[in-house]
Amino acid sequence: MASPVKVNRIGLEPQIYKGGKTTLCAGCGHNAISERIIDAFYEMGVDPRRVIKLSGIGCSSKSPAYFLGGSHGFNAVHGRMPSVGTGAMLANQKLIAIGVSGDGDTGAIGIGQFVHLMRRNLPIIYIIEDNGCYGLTKGQFSPTADLGSKLKTGVVNDLPPIDTCALAVELGATFVARSFSGDKKQLLSLLKAALAHRGTVMLDVISPCVTFNDHEGSTKSYAYVKDHDDPVEEVSFVPFFEDIAVDYEPGTTQEVTMHDGSKLYLKKLEENYDPTDKIGALKRLHETARRGEFATGIIYIEPDRDDFLTQLNVVDEPLATLPLDRVRPGPEALEEIMEGLR
Amino acid sequence: MSSTDLAVQEQQAAHREQRVANDFSIQIATVNGSGSQTANMVLLRSILLMGVPVSGKNMFPSNIAGLPTWYTIRASKKHYIARKKEVDFLVAMNPETAKEDVLTLEPGAAVVYDAPLKLDALRSDLVFYPVPFDKLVGPVCPDAKLRRLVRNMIYDGVLAKLLGIDLSLMEKALGKQLGKKAKAVTLNAGALKAGWDYAEANLAKQDPFVIETMNETAGKILIEGNAAAAIGCMMAGVTVVAWYPITPSSSLCESLITYMKKYRVDKATGKATFAIVQAEDEIASLGMVIGASWAGARSMTATAGPGISLMGEFSGLAYYAETPAVIFDVQRVGPSTGLPTRTAQGDLLQAAFLSHGDTKHIMIIPASVEECYTMAQEAFDLAERFQTPVFVMMDLDLGMNNWMSDAFTYPDAPINRGKVLTDEVLKKIGEWGRYKDVDGDGIPYRTIPGDGMPAYFARGSGHNAKGQYSERPDDYVENMDRLARKFETARKYVPKPVVQRNPRAKIGFLGYGTSHFAIEESRDQLRDETKVETSYFRLRAYPFNEELAVFVDAHERVYVIEQNRDAQLLQLMKLELSPELQTKLRSVLHYNGLPIDARSITDDVLAQEGFEVAKKTTARVSAGSAGGE
Repeated sequence: MASPVKVNRIGLEPQIYKGGKTTLCAGCGHNAISERIIDAFYEMGVDPRRVIKLSGIGCSSKSPAYFLGGSHGFNAVHGRMPSVGTGAMLANQKLIAIGVSGDGDTGAIGIGQFVHLMRRNLPIIYIIEDNGCYGLTKGQFSPTADLGSKLKTGVVNDLPPIDTCALAVELGATFVARSFSGDKKQLLSLLKAALAHRGTVMLDVISPCVTFNDHEGSTKSYAYVKDHDDPVEEVSFVPFFEDIAVDYEPGTTQEVTMHDGSKLYLKKLEENYDPTDKIGALKRLHETARRGEFATGIIYIEPDRDDFLTQLNVVDEPLATLPLDRVRPGPEALEEIMEGLR
Repeated sequence: MSSTDLAVQEQQAAHREQRVANDFSIQIATVNGSGSQTANMVLLRSILLMGVPVSGKNMFPSNIAGLPTWYTIRASKKHYIARKKEVDFLVAMNPETAKEDVLTLEPGAAVVYDAPLKLDALRSDLVFYPVPFDKLVGPVCPDAKLRRLVRNMIYDGVLAKLLGIDLSLMEKALGKQLGKKAKAVTLNAGALKAGWDYAEANLAKQDPFVIETMNETAGKILIEGNAAAAIGCMMAGVTVVAWYPITPSSSLCESLITYMKKYRVDKATGKATFAIVQAEDEIASLGMVIGASWAGARSMTATAGPGISLMGEFSGLAYYAETPAVIFDVQRVGPSTGLPTRTAQGDLLQAAFLSHGDTKHIMIIPASVEECYTMAQEAFDLAERFQTPVFVMMDLDLGMNNWMSDAFTYPDAPINRGKVLTDEVLKKIGEWGRYKDVDGDGIPYRTIPGDGMPAYFARGSGHNAKGQYSERPDDYVENMDRLARKFETARKYVPKPVVQRNPRAKIGFLGYGTSHFAIEESRDQLRDETKVETSYFRLRAYPFNEELAVFVDAHERVYVIEQNRDAQLLQLMKLELSPELQTKLRSVLHYNGLPIDARSITDDVLAQEGFEVAKKTTARVSAGSAGGE
């Protein structure tokens, strides 16, 4: 007897969530992120036909072709994915948007659109696959490269980095997290929590570039990140469709209820870190950076703020499919306008 | 010929002594930010209410308050609504420009002016009417803070008396302009009356210009092209709008917001059947439009030249990934920042090929406010039918000035959403590929995220018929050739030209957009003054259709009339016309920032045809030279 085929809660097999074969370098952190995305969407039982995958230009931006092959995708122009994603979500708010960008795509050419995306709280999971360099053009520094980090060629970065998490917190993103492509467990929990959030999720994932930025002297190498990963909490995510009781000692874990009823349990690893405190979050990011470390986990979360579509007060149905009689006013409306102009 | 020209001069001079009814222009020179727009609109509408065809044009600075502004109103019993080069009646309210305004008038013109300016000393060949505005405004406007604004309404009252406009119609126009603001209506009505009373008691009519009741404007509306386009967008069922403020296009989206809030909010839920977003720049505006169109919404943006420049990259993406987009380009004077508040048709070549690589775009070109309304609707149908950006090439003159028009008619056809894959189509065509040319017209079938049909990966990088990434030479060529085929198909569906063939004409006029009204008037001038007959081809879209070559072929010479320096349409035509036909093309170019006028066209054509044309006083090309940034 063949063993029953494994399916998720909406009856789909894991295979459905896979994408095309990756063309990125063997060992690239981005591939590990794609795998976690596949796992998270499968485990959360997301219908791939409702998902849109968006990206800009660069190694990172190729990766949406390597997961969720049954979902629509749009590989936009360099640094401008946020606007394309915004338009798509305005057209159909029932879609689930996941955008994949890189540190150059976001921090350099796309910083303007990134800034305004964060302000709007559009429902989108925005992932930065962050390796501190431009891989596709052979390893130049990007704006997230740390001060003093060294290129293979020996060139040292002498400009301060842009901390995309601090920027996102400052600008109003409602779910800001950082992780490491090598930390399977944390990244998966964060992605599942992201799917339960209604609003902008900004997830910066340090993802070492094995070809151009994995040497000694780089602050985005596997070895360096492993040694300097400083989790702010231990993240456990319990989706709304699972009934799991979590035991924890009072005062050690913070519970956050997500938009869809899912629960997030954040086990404190140190004194009083509260990810709902904006100023505390910024302080923590600055302090960790000063030590040359990366704060990972959920840096900041605000689960209840209205998303962009709610702010715009649009109807509940997708605008894209409203019938003509709801989008073309009647002859009496035109006559009223004409009378006003006579 | 000189003799002909002399005759024209004499004829015009003779006119000055007779009564000139419903055929003259009024120019009001004020300072911007002084509330003169209300007074000017009231004057304009009161002439319309007298049944006289009328048009109004604002020449304003790029500035909030304090710089010179000129508003020109033209009454024309013959329905000429282009700008008239000569000013017949001046209202000089701005001390800074008054002297130059008076010195550039044609002999016989009339001047209403602010008495302390003592302009009557400047010339002896004009009719002067001094009015002590400051003395008159005090009694009708006790609140000193409001006097600056109310003061302008006094000249409306003076003009009503001098020109013979019914004061009650002017009061009606005032009510229309100020709507429910009862206090403002009372205050301004008092100013109107004060002006009228002063003129009646103190000014004896000495000029020939009068407005007489006609019956030519029944049912007509007055509207700006931007508002007309906005109504068209609403009727087209637009659902997602993204824009960035820029003169002269801002009022298109702002009008749209006003109309949509009134007519496109669900009564039951109070929720909007649209999303309008003021984006961070024009790049993001078009990005949002592309994302929304890809996800199935009817989506648009509006901008001007600087925005078009910024939209280059995204335009190429929409062309190559084949997403619909409607882009209104309300053209202003370039290059660069140029003259933001002046009109031009200077973006044609830029829009036609916007973006790198082999990229071509559909452009449609409205001439009138009515066409702004109808073509806005056509633009969405074309964009979705051809899955490509469509540029609606308006200009500042059309977008921001008030035009008289017949009332717009309600659309009688459903909207066309183009080739969207359905189960039925899928059964018929067998295998679907996003960029597969199933029907031989170059237009593929698309699917829309969330519709449950097969997904695809839209991209600006090379792709094959299935939408997969490909760098194969054959895939690239096949796809590019199909895109070219699609563009060929578009020739049959874009708005057709409006052609008036005159069997006696050896010369043809070819123009587009707002030049239309000056062209029509110029053709009459040529026929009436020099017996030169012309045909006329009004181009309304790019790509061209086959009628263009037929028209050029049928004439000895074709004058391509444009409001830009580089003869942009003519250059575009040269890419398609045979070398013999190209030799027939001549250019008439007008690019000083002011709307083109008939006399400029007529003089230019006569000169090129070998007639001797007397050098006349040039129009106020200096208008607004002090304009700020």
